[in-house]
Amino acid sequence: MKLRLLYFARLRERFGVAEEGIEFAGATAADLLAVLQARGGVWAEELAAGRAFRVAVDQDLVALDAVLHDGAEIAIFPPVTGG
Amino acid sequence: MKILVQADAFDLGTEVDAMRQGRTDIGAIASFVGLARDINEGSGVAAMTLEHYPGMTEKALAALVDAAYARWTLQDVTVIHRIGRLLPGDPIVLVAVASRHRGEAFAACEFIMDYLKTQAPFWKKEETSEGERWVEARASDDAAAARWSRD
Repeated sequence: MKLRLLYFARLRERFGVAEEGIEFAGATAADLLAVLQARGGVWAEELAAGRAFRVAVDQDLVALDAVLHDGAEIAIFPPVTGG
Repeated sequence: MKILVQADAFDLGTEVDAMRQGRTDIGAIASFVGLARDINEGSGVAAMTLEHYPGMTEKALAALVDAAYARWTLQDVTVIHRIGRLLPGDPIVLVAVASRHRGEAFAACEFIMDYLKTQAPFWKKEETSEGERWVEARASDDAAAARWSRD
């Protein structure tokens, strides 16, 4: 399936990319994180288990067992700090 | 209901007047205005920049206002959150809640702010004397939001 990935705030800066399209063969948000972690470097570091980040699918916060669908917009970002 | 995400400043008096305009059934309006501070975590803050996730931000704010309407009897809600570069003293966020009685207005206003702090996709980056830094989320904000789900 094709996914559109968005990164925000500190993660956007660390990854050096705001947005990308990828072809994804897994099923869940956790599977996607494993694919991104496998890139190594800052990806492995920032998305390691125990690091604080959030995942949204089609603009709703989800748990990592959320099932992804073709054409989904997935955003990965640090815990929010507005207000 | 009025929900705005904007770079421009807002005026509390103007917003409260707009809620009251043309109606006499409102008994209470509780409001909160969050301001940019000049110090955080022991460092002077010269300015901050607020980034957000266009689309999700508006959706998340509407969802938490809907949750407030579901929980209390409310007559109107205004939420305005600014984005972009702000200086110390600048207003960042406004929440105003109109209801028949003060109890519901106070509670819903605090509820909306507590959930906004943990659910709405905004991020602050501060300019300090030691350089730029992203503000870290606080455990106390999660605790503030969690207390609304206990009862």
